[in-house]
Order: sequence, then C-alpha cells, then structure tokens
Amino acid sequence: MIVGKAVNRVDAEAKASGTAKYVADLVDRNALVAKVLHSTIANGTVLSFDLDEAYKVPGVVKIVTCFDVPDKQFPTPGHPWSTHKAHQDISDRKLLNTRVRFYGDDIAAVIAEDEIAATRALKLIKVEYEEYEPILTYEDAMKDGAMAIHEEKPNNVVVHSDYEMGNFDEAIKEEGLIKVEGTYETPIVSHCHIENAGSYAYMESGRIIVVSSTQIPHIIRRVISQALDCGMGKIRVIKPYIGGGFGNKQDALTEPLNAFLTSVVGGRCVKLFYTREETFVCTRTRHAMKFFIESYVRKDGTFAARKIKAYSTQGAYASHAHALVANAVNGFRMMYPVGAIKGDAYTVYTNLPTAGAMRAYGIPQIGFALEAHVDDICQKAGFDKVQFRRDNMMQVGFVDPFTTIACHSSGLDECITRGKEYVNWDQKIEEYKNQTGDIRRGVGMAVFCYKTGVYPIALETSAVRMVLNQDGSTQVQMGATEIGQGADTVFSQMAAETLGFTLDKVNLISTQDTDVTPYDTGAYASRQTYVSGMAVKKTALSLKKKICEFAGYMLNRDPSDLDIEDNNIVHVGTREKYLTTEEVAMEACYSLENSNHISAEETHHCSDNTYALGCCFAEVEVDIPMCSVKILKIINVHDSGKIINPQTARGQVHGGMSMGIGYGLYERLIIDPKTGKTNNDNLLDYKLMTVLDTPDLGYDFVEPEDPSGPYGNKALGEPPVIPVAPALRNAVYNATGVAVNAIPLHPQRLFEEFSKAGLIK
Amino acid sequence: MKKQLVTCTINGKVRENYIDPRASLSDLLRGEEHLHSIKHGCDVGECGACTVVIDGETYNSCIYMAIWAEGKNITTLEGLSTLDGTISDIQQAFIDEGAIQCGFCTPGFIMSSLPIIESDEEFTRDEIKKQVSGNFCRCTGYDTIVTAIEKTHNKRKAERAKK
Amino acid sequence: MYDFNNIYQPKTVKEALEMKKAHPDALLLAGGSDILIQCREGRLAGRDVISIYTLDELRGICMEDDGTILIRPLTSFSHITNNPIIKKYIPTLGDAVDQIGGPQIRNIGTIGGNICNGVTSADSATTLKTYDAILEIASVDGIRILPYADFSKGPGRVDLREGEMLTGIRIKKDSYENTFGKYIKYSMRRAMDIATLGCSVNVRLTEDKKKVDRVRIAFGVAGPVPLRALSAEESLKGQLISEELLEAASQAVMADVNPRNSWRASKDFRIQLIKELTRRALRSSIEQAGGEF
Repeated sequence: MIVGKAVNRVDAEAKASGTAKYVADLVDRNALVAKVLHSTIANGTVLSFDLDEAYKVPGVVKIVTCFDVPDKQFPTPGHPWSTHKAHQDISDRKLLNTRVRFYGDDIAAVIAEDEIAATRALKLIKVEYEEYEPILTYEDAMKDGAMAIHEEKPNNVVVHSDYEMGNFDEAIKEEGLIKVEGTYETPIVSHCHIENAGSYAYMESGRIIVVSSTQIPHIIRRVISQALDCGMGKIRVIKPYIGGGFGNKQDALTEPLNAFLTSVVGGRCVKLFYTREETFVCTRTRHAMKFFIESYVRKDGTFAARKIKAYSTQGAYASHAHALVANAVNGFRMMYPVGAIKGDAYTVYTNLPTAGAMRAYGIPQIGFALEAHVDDICQKAGFDKVQFRRDNMMQVGFVDPFTTIACHSSGLDECITRGKEYVNWDQKIEEYKNQTGDIRRGVGMAVFCYKTGVYPIALETSAVRMVLNQDGSTQVQMGATEIGQGADTVFSQMAAETLGFTLDKVNLISTQDTDVTPYDTGAYASRQTYVSGMAVKKTALSLKKKICEFAGYMLNRDPSDLDIEDNNIVHVGTREKYLTTEEVAMEACYSLENSNHISAEETHHCSDNTYALGCCFAEVEVDIPMCSVKILKIINVHDSGKIINPQTARGQVHGGMSMGIGYGLYERLIIDPKTGKTNNDNLLDYKLMTVLDTPDLGYDFVEPEDPSGPYGNKALGEPPVIPVAPALRNAVYNATGVAVNAIPLHPQRLFEEFSKAGLIK
Repeated sequence: MKKQLVTCTINGKVRENYIDPRASLSDLLRGEEHLHSIKHGCDVGECGACTVVIDGETYNSCIYMAIWAEGKNITTLEGLSTLDGTISDIQQAFIDEGAIQCGFCTPGFIMSSLPIIESDEEFTRDEIKKQVSGNFCRCTGYDTIVTAIEKTHNKRKAERAKK
Repeated sequence: MYDFNNIYQPKTVKEALEMKKAHPDALLLAGGSDILIQCREGRLAGRDVISIYTLDELRGICMEDDGTILIRPLTSFSHITNNPIIKKYIPTLGDAVDQIGGPQIRNIGTIGGNICNGVTSADSATTLKTYDAILEIASVDGIRILPYADFSKGPGRVDLREGEMLTGIRIKKDSYENTFGKYIKYSMRRAMDIATLGCSVNVRLTEDKKKVDRVRIAFGVAGPVPLRALSAEESLKGQLISEELLEAASQAVMADVNPRNSWRASKDFRIQLIKELTRRALRSSIEQAGGEF
C-alpha cells in the first residue's frame, strides 16, 4: 500500500535544494516592469490625470490609466463558470477603475524599463479626484440614503438570502425553553502567503501568455478572456511552483491587467509583481462578519430552535461575494441540525479592501460565533459543554435538506474523546473552578463540520491525463494544482496505488499549462483529494486496463486475467509474474506490428460531497494585568476519513492550527476609520505569529472510511483552521469568567474586556 | 548609476561582479549570480526568505547593500549541496521531517539554522526557535522546521564527538 | 535596487565627516534596517546617502582606563549582546537589544542607528537612558560631548547638527557599578515586533540591601521620545524594599509619562502597562541586586 503511507513529498528535494522555480525565478531578466497606481482615497471618482512629469522619467515606456482600458466589467473569483446567467459571478470591476471604491483601488499603471523608473513615475502622476465620504462599515453602507458604491446595487447589498428549516415561530412556543442571545464578530485578516501575488506576461504569435502564481490556472484563462474580450484560445496561462495561496490566489489578481499591459507594448514581456503592502491591501482578505444569534434550548440540553442574522462585509468588489456568508449560515445549520433553524444573511459593499476566498470559506467565522455561543448557552443553562455538543451534533445519516449533502461517515465522537484525554479535560474543569489572582488557567473546546467540495452549489469536475513512458513509468498531467498543501504527492501515491506501480514510476507534472494540461478548476475548497483524486483513480484504472490489454496481446492471454503489481504484469489470481511494465511499454512504443502509444485521459464529474469533522481542545494561562494569553496545550483531532499521507496530513493540521491561533489571538487588518487606509499593511504591523509565539501543536486523526471518497478520504486542507479560535476564546472564558465575543483576543481587547469585568482597576 | 566592481566569495568561489551601487545583495545574488534560492517576500527585512550567511552571521540580503559585500564570504542555500549536487543533512532533514510545504520560506529557514547546526553548544527548543524567529512561515506552523533543525544539530554534534 | 540619488562611500571616519560637510542633506547609512526600509517605502527615496556601514573603526566595545565602557556606534545588536564586557557589567543592555527584531536584524542593526533615528520605541534607548549614557559626536570641526538625556529633540529628531555624526557611546563606571537592571519589552509577538511599551529599570541598593540607594527608570512609547521617570526616581530614593514600594513606584511614574492613543494601542492600555511593567521590572532589579521582599 502506498496510499496511507508517510512518504516524503515528491517536490521536497527541489524545494530544499533551491532548484524549484517560482514565477520570479522564471521571468526574463529584460522584462519591463509594471507598477500600479493605487488610489489615495477610499471613495470617489477619478476626474483626470496629469502624466507630463511622469513621462519625463527616463525609462518610462508607457502609462495607461482608467480612461484607456476596455469599458468592460468582469468577474474575478475562482469559481467554475456557470452557463446559467442567474448563477454567474458578479462582474463589477474593470482592469483599472475610474470609480474609486477603496483606498488602494487600481487607477493607472506605469510600464518602465526598470523598477526605479516605474516607481519614480508613479510618484509623479498627478490625479484629480471627486471625493466622497468613505463608507467603512456594513451598517453605514445599509443606511437609508447611503451612497451606492456600485450603481448596480443601489442599497449596497450585494446579495441577501434566507432559509428556514422547520417552523421557528412555532418551535419557540414550546414551554420551558431557555433563551440565549449573543452577538459575535470576526475581523478582516490576510492570507499572508510568503510569496506575494505576481505574474509576468508576453505575447507570441498573437496569443497572450501569462505566467502566474495562482491556484486556478484554467479559471484565470477564462477571466482574462472575459476582461480582454477575446477568445479563451488566445490566452495561455502557466502556473509553476507557488509560494502559498490559502484562497487569495483563488482569484484573478494581477493577471488580467498584466495580460492587457503586454498587449499595449507590442507583446514585450511585462512583469507585475505586487509588493507585500499591495498584497495586503490590493488582493483579497478574509471577510469580517457579524452574527446575531438567538437560541432556545430545552432543559434536557437539546436545541428547540435557533436563528441567525449574519452580515458579511464585502469591501469594494464582489469577488466571491455572498458564497462565503451563505456557507457560514449553512454551517450554522449543519453542525447541530436539530430543532427549527432560521438563517438570514447579507453581503454588503463597503469602501474597504476586497474580501474573497480564504481557507475554509466563511466557516472559521461561523465556527467562532457558533462555538462561542454554545459555550454561552452551556454557561447560562448549566449544561456540560462536551455533552451538550454530543447531544446536538450531526450524526451519520443526516442529509441537509437544502444542499442534500449527506453525512456518510463520522468519527467526531471519538475525536472529542481523544481531545478530552489530551488536555485532561474533566480534571482541569474541576481544578480551574473558583480561581483568584493575576494568573489564571482555563480549558476550552470547539467542534466543527466542513463540506469537502463545492457540489451541489457549483460544478465539480476534474480531468487527468496519463502517458506511459517507454521505461514503464508514467507522466501524470493534472489541472489540479500544488500550492504547498502536498497535492502532487498524494496524487502520485493514488496513481501508483491504482496502477500497481512503485512511486518512482509516477512522474507528476507539477506545472500547469492551459495549452496542454487537462481541465480542472484548481486548488480550492478541500476538493482536490476528493474530486481530482477520483479523476486520478479513474484515469489510472483506464491506463492500467490499456497496459494489461497490450500485455495480453504480447502474452496471448485474456487481459482480464492480468493485473499490475510492483511494475510487473502478474496473474490476477496466482500473482505469477509474466512481464515487467517496462517490457510492455517498450514493445507498445516500438512494435513493428502493433505500435500503440498508450495513454489515458478521463474526466470525473463529481456529484457527491461529504463532511469532514473534528475538534480542538486547548488549555491556556491568562496573565490578567498584562492582558496576555499563553497556550499551554492545544490539539486538533480530525476525522478526515482515511489519511492518504500522514506526513503531509500533519502538515495541513499544523499549518491550519497556526492560522487558527493567529485568528483567535493575533491577526487583524487595521483600517483607519476616517480615511479607509490600511494601517498595518506589512509583516511588522500585521501580527503573523513567529515561531516563538507558536506553542507545541498536538494533532490526531480518527479514520473512518468514507464511502464516497476515492480512497475513503475527505476534506483536510481547510478544516484545521476552523475550531481553534473558538476553543481559545472558550478557554479564556473558562479561566477568567470573561466571555469575549470578538476576535482576535489581542491585548488591547483583553484590556478593555478585563477592565469592564472589573479584573483590572 | 555607474557600475562598480564588487569582489566577494560566494559559495566558496571568488566572484567579481560589476553592479549598480544602489543594488541590494539579493539583487546581486539573484540577478547576477542566478542564485534563485533567495526569495523575496517583503523586501524590507521582515520575512526572512532572502536570508544568507555572511562571515558566519545571518542577514536579510534584501536590506544588505551589495557594495558592503566587498571581501565578504557569502553562503546561500545553493552552497550547501556538494559539487555533485548531493544535498546536505539539514536539507534532507527538512524533507524527512515534512518541514517543507510551499517551499518559499524553506531556503531562508535553512540558512537561518546554520549558526545552530554548526555550533557545538547545546540549544533548547526555545533557543532554536529564537534563532529562526526572523523567518516567517505560513504553511507549517513551524513545528516540523524546529524538529528538523534540532535533529540535525544533534546528529552533527554526535558526528563531531566521534572524530 | 534602492532609489538613491547618489551613494557616497567613505573609507575613513575623516572622509565620512568631510562628505557629511559637503553634503549636509545626505543620510548616513549605518546598518540600513531603518533607512533602507524608508527608502523602499518611498519616504526617503531619491536622497543622497553616505554609506558608513563599512567603517570598522566605528565598531567594537572596550573599557577605558577609568572603567568607562565605550561602545562604538556601528556595533551590531548581536555583538553587544555577546560582548563579554556588556555581559559582565551591563547585561540589561545586552538583553534589551537582544529583543529587537529577529536574528538577522540584530546582526545588521547598529546601536548608533537605533538611537540616532530618534524613535520612542527604540529598544536600546531606554536602557542607555537609565545608565546615563554620554554621546561623542564628531564633525570636521572636532568632538562634542553630550549627555544622551539631552539628545532627543522630538519624535524622529535628535540633536545632530549640520555635518555631525555619532562616533561613541560611553557609560561611566559609577553608572553601572553595583547596579542591577531589567528591561521589559511589551509587544504583540515574541520576535519581529516593535514595543507597545518598553520599560528599563536599574537599582543600586544600600549596603544592607534593605533600601534603594539609587533607582533609574525609563520608558519607550510612554511619550513622544524615550523618557526617564525622574520625579519617580527621586521619590523612591532611600525607600525600604517592600511590596508597597512597587506599588508606590507604579503610581509615581505616572507623573513622568505622557502616553497617547494610536491605532497600535490606547492611552489607557499603555498606562496599565506602564504601571505593571514598572512593578515587574523594579521587582526583578531589586531581586537581582540581592534585595528581598
């Protein structure tokens, strides 16, 4: 078995030796340099530019402004395109925008011979604006008479949606119910992949080639074609190794503009690499959300009814828009699918940096709100926090009435048991009762559920091509992308497993090139091992069948008697070895009688989905006068079905936990409340955790086989980030008695909360 | 600006480069020497992805002027492999411990670890963390990186003790 | 590539001073961890710079005949921390600069640069203030000696006149002898961060170790520039060591500080930190000096 084994990553040596090439390592050294002029107001209209001084800078080749780009709006999010108009992504931005919608909007671009010339020219461009009052909160944006940020949405509401499961109004009439209300808020945070956004573009024979750090090369090709209004066949997108994405690069960022820029300089190579500051402000962020929750619980510790009102602050452009908060309020229902449930969600334009996809797509937001709320319920009603969750949580067999997604498997109960053990929960709950003094300790926990792919909300499709080499190895081409998560490695394992090859006989092509790579929508959701993995399996079975057929021809045997094991053609029953796959491949290629270039290509159109589940348990120490939280112990326990590779799986859990701790305690993008300017657009002021801030990270897996996954597996890439912040918040609550309803629990916030609670005088 | 000769030792070889005196060391190493292990994540000394070792100490090459490299001895990740391309034990440890994901921060972390693994002193896990605390990673949660350094340090110490 | 108008590269201090006189607006580039970043951000782009980083005569630490410790301004933070003289006599300073940035920044960043950029959060500044550092400032016309206490002129502004540059930082024997200190940097992260508040304290106890003979307290980010809590120091002099002393100190310093609201932290939170860090740093200093509570 290769699936299930902790093999080293297939790309690890290239990355450890420095030979792995990223976008900036490939660009022609004579490439022109493009720099974008970003608006210095948050809300307004560009009236005019004065470019005279800028053009005097030696080395400036061309300056294009918002008045020079095609008068065409296009969508940017990394979704499969919908052929149904009603489901299509919102087209609400141009390559450069005259109508300025956030502090940092793209209004012009300079192309120059070198960086200094481009930067100097940027500073010399004079802009005349008509300026309006910035609208920086969803509350202000929804006020009567608020100015429309996009004329298509006069009330600034991008989308409003609602649902009701059961009858809420009837359900709350039941006698003896305990009502608990709470308001919970999550911040804007940044993906902080270490490689910034960037691309280079050039033209060849009338076609535009864009090499970009993206998670979604095939989708980028479509978006460029929409932005430039040209056929998709005229565009070629290449994705080499990339330095992380986390959802930010599941969006068209620099690519459409860069494709346009090369076209205005005769196809010369133009590089457009964003700085760290631009990556913070001008790419995408995680949506800030605010939730108003009202719950009615019975004295036996079960939900009778609950409802949620959710507001998602979109920022300037729609990007993934409502899909995230819709996912959040769905998650509110799915985790505890009992009683009557009502959901109401708004996505609202504001003059803030644009929010888009980020690891776990709206669920870390609801995960915090819901799991904080559940602790509030337990505290108020005197329920056991673990038992209450166990009594209400999703069970195998649950089918969500709105999405039809079924719970095929669940190891959540066992996850909770192991989490409890790890932090010695029962004993600590007793020990930490009635504490006094400056330093106090507490334990907290949270659970989650997470949909693996995007079916049935959107199309799930993936294609794979496998070509047999003469040495009996195979080149595997996939549209699914490696973004650091380890996709190439687990796909290689899956291919080897199904083909009967050893791992060294599988050469997975890491680079996607839309000219040659089969279609796949790319790395997002936690879909690839589940959806693209199934395409690998299907293609491998197809290739294997063809190899066995040729071996059958060579051996004059019925191919159905043949199998492949460790690169040998064997008898399906006795396992007797007949030939090596190399012998078959050589003969197939060079046979004078029956030359046959064996390859296989299959599409998997996925019409299923499944829930991954899990929990986080944490123990913290709070230094009250210093307003600081120290994590003493923390563990995530995951049911992600069968684990394909324990080493890379651990990597996903560690990385997600780290991001979750940051979400709970450290990270937030700070926007000036008057101007809309981002204050902390750099790694010094944005508090991404350093190694010294990171505690030892515990992890564990419960592995029930999921019948819908290609190898019993389900989501793992995103889930680890979800339960951490609420577990930490609940642990601080347990330690201090102070329920903080907004994250991060950074010192300033703790100071305010502890002061309010009288712990600091 | 008029170019200027900078002579320094890079990965064991004396190198002469004519560079713009406004260039950073990372401009020299990436642009002139094509040492692409040096990554740019911030350009202001905050992310650590461009870390190199100069005369035994770690520096962010993005905020080190190339003209300051005159006469210095510089090591980049490329210099850790032997001439036949065999990677070093610390690189192998990063592979074996699963300390690499997207790989963009990896060269910087490995370079930052050199003062530890080349030292005979004892280091606690927290001291190892401190030595690489000028490097950011968003993928791994750092845990496996620290383990890879710790194991390599212990291995090298044991090897030196045998000799 | 950095956007300088010109970059001058003196080979000696004498040459550097001549260049500084000839180009009074040129920036002195020491380790660059501040200037280069501001150049990249555009704030200092297009300027003339004089690169003094390679002037090794401005590097190093030694003890002069009278026991005065001389730190040359280009000494890097990591060299200060690891220097045997600093370790033995002023470990608080070594500890303070060991909390700046990360290892790479501590290898390139210089103590001279740290105090000449004049920011209130400079980690070395508070401890140099509490040890009454004395600055040696040179120009082609000669040397000027100035107490560090008088150096700050406002946020980002220091008393360096036209054609001048810092060439030495001295701490006298009386200032460090029998003196024990503690610097606490309060920041959001344990590395790669600037201080939300910095507090440096040192004490000399009476011979019986029952009373405070001398105490010096300084803060970073408690006002527009790094500042000494002189009135609090005066009020604590000669006091008996006790828990009450810590409380009195935390109250007394309030008369000396002037924190403000910023997006990084509120004034009220900074006041809380000023009080708490004073208590903790003073307790640690007294305990190190052999005092008991």
